[in-house]
Amino acid sequence: MGKVGIIGVGQSVFSRSASGSFKELAFEAFKEACQDGQISAQEIDASVTCSAPEYDKQRSPSALVAEYCGLNGPAFYAETLCSSSSTGVRLAYSLIKSGLHDAVAVVGVQKMSEISSAASQELMGRGTDIQWESPFGTMMPAYYALFAQAHMAKYGLTNEDMAKVRVKSSTYGPLNDRAVFRKSLDLETLTSPDSKMTAPVAAPLRVGDCCANADGSSCVIVVSEEKAKSLSRDPVWILGVGAAIDSVNLASRDNFTSLPSAINAGKAAYKMAGVTVDDIDVAEVHDCFTIAELLAYEALGFAKPGQGKEMIKNKETYLDGRIPVNVDGGLLSKGHPIGATGGSQIRTIVKQLRGEAGEIQVKNPEIGLVHNVGGVGIYGNVTILGR
Amino acid sequence: MAKREIDDRFKKFGTVSFTSISKVNDFVDSLEQGKVMATRCPDCNISYFPPRVDCQNCLGSNNEWFDTTEKEGTLATFSKMKYGPVGFEDDLPYTIAVLDFGDFKMFGRIDNNVPDDSIKIGMKMRVHVNDLQADQKNFVFKPA
Ligand SMILES: [Zn+2]
Repeated sequence: MGKVGIIGVGQSVFSRSASGSFKELAFEAFKEACQDGQISAQEIDASVTCSAPEYDKQRSPSALVAEYCGLNGPAFYAETLCSSSSTGVRLAYSLIKSGLHDAVAVVGVQKMSEISSAASQELMGRGTDIQWESPFGTMMPAYYALFAQAHMAKYGLTNEDMAKVRVKSSTYGPLNDRAVFRKSLDLETLTSPDSKMTAPVAAPLRVGDCCANADGSSCVIVVSEEKAKSLSRDPVWILGVGAAIDSVNLASRDNFTSLPSAINAGKAAYKMAGVTVDDIDVAEVHDCFTIAELLAYEALGFAKPGQGKEMIKNKETYLDGRIPVNVDGGLLSKGHPIGATGGSQIRTIVKQLRGEAGEIQVKNPEIGLVHNVGGVGIYGNVTILGR
Repeated sequence: MAKREIDDRFKKFGTVSFTSISKVNDFVDSLEQGKVMATRCPDCNISYFPPRVDCQNCLGSNNEWFDTTEKEGTLATFSKMKYGPVGFEDDLPYTIAVLDFGDFKMFGRIDNNVPDDSIKIGMKMRVHVNDLQADQKNFVFKPA
């Protein structure tokens, strides 16, 4: 069985409020991916739609997205909260590797603007055990805040360390024409007591530590090596797809300073790809909150446990650093349309590996990594791509 | 013919409950008696919180209840929330937390009367039943 590659990538503008409906939004990313990959809907023989349900009224969206995109093969639905479209890519890999299909469109889409921010937090708060945790009034910033708090107590992490992650994000956000937040933010704005960026959300996390909800879509078209031969573009190869889970109930976690699902997904992806952390030239990690990016450095072996903060202090993850991370602005700048996020991260790495990343191009990268996490480490997904 | 009674006691747990029927509905009766109960499989000696009737180790369903309010736990982590989801506005601000009892952990809230600056990871705490509005109940952690 041959290799599996990515032939085309696309994403919509991520915005506070998209002008299109769910399926129309999905089409924006699909269209760009088809044009990018120089492949038509007729050549694609299956699709996986990825979203987190209930933000919109549409039930069973996969066939509807396929219909609107002109896709005729079987349609599947993938959901792992914020990592849904990375899960979709893993499923596409399996569908192709099994020989069942040879070209699969993975469409991530989320329309969050049809409900209020508080209502959407309630939905995210129910992405946990609704019997034992949701009745206490949980939401995502508070879940990640629990990990920031424990990290502070164990390793001496500070609010300023976390603010530095946002400074990096907003160094690159203004360069990304698909990002929802394109303002530049300096350390003073992010740490000054009278700045609205330091208003508490869920202590110790503050406004500046949190990404914004967004409407958006992404599309990754995955093909077999054989199929790629009939197409004019060269694919970027999928070298490793790692996935793992951890307990939904935080009461069952071992510690609150790391996310084992991401660690285990990373180990699986490195092993499958036959590479080590030293081979990674560029990475996209799941920075839904500033603390999440630091946890990612530590989960992936970029830094030792507790040392993620040193990486950001030393600017090792900037464009010209040791491992450039989230140089497209990350979720903190792009916004986080749950089901579309992983596909957007993959799009960035594919463009980097092709040398098409423009102003944010890392010098001659050969291997890139995508880290995409659902919930507070409930679902861990790491995808390694290579030229 | 009499209508079959639906045992939906679990709807009384928490500010907003998203569950009404569960095999551990007795947990709610215990709350009314001031107890916060966990379960343990007598065959495997594994403690479970959240409580469950089924043991995932031996697949048996012989779990027995035990009270946790006499036990001392260690605060593992916490976060004071300034914003909350729909339905929890009247509770704000509140602090969620995880207490570590050694052989099990517990997710809940810290009692609102505990001063913020006295809350430290590693402090010893106990769990207490807490009365909410409209006859709802949950549990909160207080310094031991
Ligand atoms: Zn047992």
